[in-house]
Amino acid sequence: MANTIPNKERMKMPRQPMPERHAHARARSFEEVNLGYDLDLVALEALRCLACAKPACTSGCPVGVKVKDFVDLIIAGDYLGAAAKIREDNALPAITGRVCPQEDQCEGGCIMSKRADSLAIGHLERFIADYERASGKVGIPTIAPRTGKKVAIVGSGPAGLSAAGDLVQKGHQVRVFEALHELGGVLVYGIPEFRLPKEIVKQDIDVLRAMGVEFETNVVVGKSVTLDELMGEEGYDAVFVATGAGLPQFLSIPGESLNGVYSANEFLTRINLMRAYRFPEYDEPVYDCRDKDVVVVGAGNTAMDSVRTALRLGARSATLVYRRGEEEMPARKEEIKHAKEEGVIFRMLTNPVEMVGTEKGWLTGVRCVDMELGEPDESGRRKPIPVAGSEFVIDASVAIIAAGTGANPLVQSTTPDLATNKKNYIVADPESLRTSKRGVFAGGDIVTGGATVILAMGAGRKAAKSIHEYVTTMTW
Amino acid sequence: MFPIVEARVLGPNVKEFEIAAPRVARKHQAGQFIILRIYDRGERIPLTIKSADRERGTITIVVQAIGKTTSLLNELGKGDSILDVVGPLGKPSEIEKFGTVVVIGGGVGTAIALPTAAALRDAGNHVIAILGARNKGLVILENDIRAASHETFIMTDDGSYGEKGLVTDKLRELIASRGVDFVLAIGPIPMMRAVAECTRPQSIRTVVSLNSIMVDGTGMCGGCRVMIGNSSKFACVDGPEFDAHEVDFKVLMQRNEMYKESEQKAMADFRLNGGEEVKRVRGACANG
Ligand SMILES: Cc1cc2nc3c(=O)[nH]c(=O)nc-3n(C[C@H](O)[C@H](O)[C@H](O)COP(=O)(O)OP(=O)(O)OC[C@H]3O[C@@H](n4cnc5c(N)ncnc54)[C@H](O)[C@@H]3O)c2cc1C
Ligand SMILES: Cc1cc2nc3c(=O)[nH]c(=O)nc-3n(C[C@H](O)[C@H](O)[C@H](O)COP(=O)(O)OP(=O)(O)OC[C@H]3O[C@@H](n4cnc5c(N)ncnc54)[C@H](O)[C@@H]3O)c2cc1C
Ligand code: FES
Repeated sequence: MANTIPNKERMKMPRQPMPERHAHARARSFEEVNLGYDLDLVALEALRCLACAKPACTSGCPVGVKVKDFVDLIIAGDYLGAAAKIREDNALPAITGRVCPQEDQCEGGCIMSKRADSLAIGHLERFIADYERASGKVGIPTIAPRTGKKVAIVGSGPAGLSAAGDLVQKGHQVRVFEALHELGGVLVYGIPEFRLPKEIVKQDIDVLRAMGVEFETNVVVGKSVTLDELMGEEGYDAVFVATGAGLPQFLSIPGESLNGVYSANEFLTRINLMRAYRFPEYDEPVYDCRDKDVVVVGAGNTAMDSVRTALRLGARSATLVYRRGEEEMPARKEEIKHAKEEGVIFRMLTNPVEMVGTEKGWLTGVRCVDMELGEPDESGRRKPIPVAGSEFVIDASVAIIAAGTGANPLVQSTTPDLATNKKNYIVADPESLRTSKRGVFAGGDIVTGGATVILAMGAGRKAAKSIHEYVTTMTW
Repeated sequence: MFPIVEARVLGPNVKEFEIAAPRVARKHQAGQFIILRIYDRGERIPLTIKSADRERGTITIVVQAIGKTTSLLNELGKGDSILDVVGPLGKPSEIEKFGTVVVIGGGVGTAIALPTAAALRDAGNHVIAILGARNKGLVILENDIRAASHETFIMTDDGSYGEKGLVTDKLRELIASRGVDFVLAIGPIPMMRAVAECTRPQSIRTVVSLNSIMVDGTGMCGGCRVMIGNSSKFACVDGPEFDAHEVDFKVLMQRNEMYKESEQKAMADFRLNGGEEVKRVRGACANG
């Protein structure tokens, strides 16, 4: 069945909204906010696609998902076919359908976004991935005969997982080493359940396991074993380093040692990885946020996740403090919308200058200063400058700092011949992802700095291709 | 799963475990620690590696039961398993030939100091050990520490064993009588702080091992941060050993109070229903 609706009519069809849990109910619950399209919504939305000759959605996608083709399959009612089409380029569609910044990528390219609302590509992708999973017919791709080559992957975030999937298909023996006790990287320790249920990540990993990927948790490469040992005694022909950008950055303002001040990483790890929101059923505690005021510093996805998590822990108020304006917030648009609906207070053009607390060391507030926008800086954005004499204190028992992260350092510090840049990110060739060390490749956040799930996946795929070439020819 | 291959009680609430963890055993150096998680709902806690046997692929830890997790752990024994063990973490102790070295262990700190004491002895230092305890019953690992040092002094608060007095009394005496080049002190925070004050006037190089609250142990959360001089350091990757004269002990104590209420609740629940919980954990071990 082809789409028979004339293009002019398609342009008039409204974008189908994502059904979601009511803001009031969800703001206190860790259940997923978005409920997903049903069959009717999916059919209606798919019909909006203009089927452009030169689809800008595909070129806007970091891994080049063939959007037009999978939408055609949806229109034809072949949902599993659509899933297979997505999987040609994207091994984790249930995840990217939920967390990609679509507005900057595929949907940003969509021609309809110029005049109306773009096609809801992310929502369609999510539906297809969920449909495939529910059908129990997740296609396991064919695996090439064993090559006898061994590849080690360090880190089980999206970069490591996607590289593992591609390499195992080529017939190589692949083992993923993960420092934590659970697999998935930021997908499990960072992004909360209400946005990305852990069960989805687990099922995607189970597919990889079924394909033959080996996993070993509780291995901190650089400490438990070095890269040289992996390629020496343990006999790996190549290593892909995908350790991410997990090093938390603090603000270096007074009072950051006070009890109640967290890095977003610690706060989210306690909640997501350690399930502290279910204390005392789970043993890990987190500062009791019930009826407390919480301030989160930052404006990216990490800040949004922290502030919305604080609400769900029962905070009386949850305030987001950001030194620039709302327009400059790097978070996904949907997160900003959801946060507002749930009652998060946005204090833009506000910068923290001190954490204030009691004599005994407990946080009581965040001293802030108003900012105004001056001349554009190197990033092209107008530089925020403090307004003299505008200091004030926002009451808070908990302050969460989500002001960026740096490179995870443990591999670099124990591999002297691995070249790094000034910020300690690993230097890798942008095309081959080869590092300065023979047999070692690197990609994802550990090369680019904190970016996105899909970019990390794209890097994983690129690395897999390049590693396959290397272990096949063994020429560097 | 990491099987417990041996377990023995060392003293009241103190137990030693030998755990199969081949990767950790192979790489361990004195001063490093592991993080373990006993079961699927457990928290991650740091424990120092007392010794490692590369051939057997095992490590030994000594655990003092003070809260829920350590109490639960100490209910386990040979044949049980621990779900997750990761390490070795942290920087190894700096081992040099200093000359005359005093190693001070308070309580379970004795176990933590033991491998470093032995390494210092092997590096050619004259090692004097001082063990501190409230009373005779609480002195642990006396034979091990005697074997790792040239001289050993035991100090008890009530004089029921060794000499009556504090570890710092003995330390002061040693500094005055024969000169000391290096001090390692591991134990309760007030003890480490007192040792730091004791050696500060003569600027005797003094190292302490800090027990801040940790989650991942890999530098990823910053929860373990401590103030060293005027800068914030992560105990799990920059430590756990630091120059005692630079440590802000007040901040360390304050931060270790952070979860007091939750810890007390968890312990109270454990006292009430711990039996059931232990059974469940042991059952999970048995089922692999
Ligand atoms: C809270 C939060 C929310 C986010 N939200 C979004 C979003 O909505 N959309 C989006 O596109 N992106 C989002 N991002 C960014 C995205 O998650 C990352 O860009 C992406 O996960 C990077 O993937 P990676 O594989 O490079 O590294 P990571 O996901 O960081 O994985 C690295 C893994 O390596 C492990 N590791 C580190 N060192 C070692 C070692 N020495 N030995 C063994 N293992 C090691 C780590 O434990 C980790 O599991 C978010 C990030 C955060 C923190
Ligand atoms: C690097 C490092 C090495 C360690 N090595 C050992 C060891 O070899 N043997 C050993 O028995 N213990 C060691 N500890 C301490 C051990 O990790 C804690 O005793 C344990 O986490 C307490 O957990 P719990 O649930 O049993 O008690 P909790 O209920 O968490 O705590 C009970 C009481 O202990 C205090 N406390 C909490 N966390 C710590 C902590 N990290 N250190 C000290 N007191 C704490 C609390 O304030 C509370 O009063 C080490 C700690 C660190 C950081
Ligand atoms: S324990 Fe998380 S950074 Fe040290």
